[in-house]
Amino acid sequence: MICEFKKESKELKIIYTGEIDHHTCDEMRVKSDYEIQKCMPKKVVFDFEKVRFMDSSGIGMLIGRYKQIMRIGGQAEMMNVSPDIKRIFEMSGIFKIIPLREECIFDGK
Amino acid sequence: MENEMTLEMKSKSNNEAFARVVVAAFASQLDPTIEELADIKTAVSEAVTNCIIHGYDGKEGTVHIHCVLNDRTIEIEIVDYGKGIENVEIARQPLYTSKPDLDRSGMGFTIMESFMDEVKVESIVGMGTKIKMKKVMKEAV
Repeated sequence: MICEFKKESKELKIIYTGEIDHHTCDEMRVKSDYEIQKCMPKKVVFDFEKVRFMDSSGIGMLIGRYKQIMRIGGQAEMMNVSPDIKRIFEMSGIFKIIPLREECIFDGK
Repeated sequence: MENEMTLEMKSKSNNEAFARVVVAAFASQLDPTIEELADIKTAVSEAVTNCIIHGYDGKEGTVHIHCVLNDRTIEIEIVDYGKGIENVEIARQPLYTSKPDLDRSGMGFTIMESFMDEVKVESIVGMGTKIKMKKVMKEAV
């Protein structure tokens, strides 16, 4: 499984699993967009707890989903970003549009 | 220590994971830190993805990877025989992408440059592109 979805009231959590690269991104994109369209959430939370690897394809994929969320008038956040992945996100400045949720399992490591 | 390896594979997107794992396994002979290994994996992933998406435009071709270990240094060459880059300087700029419609971030070269100690790009339009990257592992304590 490449991603899981959890819907709680008006929030949709998308839990990506495994490695995010150009190859796996396609399926993640299609599945995420389908679920966002179906749920029409007020907020989407991208959870990276189960992601072992990510390259810059992940940045592009998230920005694409962010645009989709904007179109339906929602907000986006991310959580459980490991230090390796955080470094890549920080380079792109993506946290300015998709902020990091405070609570994080990687804190203090 | 001196060692060398060559990998040749089809420009298929499921080979992106294969390539970065092979290079990381080879680099592990230098006893790198986990962070150094993650840097190498990410840089290789970016370069190979560029060959597939840009060099060959998703069409079939061959990606050629050559690695040399010498002392504490790994040199990685990643080559495609695709369409080449017209203006390397522009292509290397952060956030520049020739394919914004594909949800590409334009961060590939920036990531290679910040994760590796040296990145050189040689490209000839119609002939292909060669990326030469170098990383020196910190002395093992």
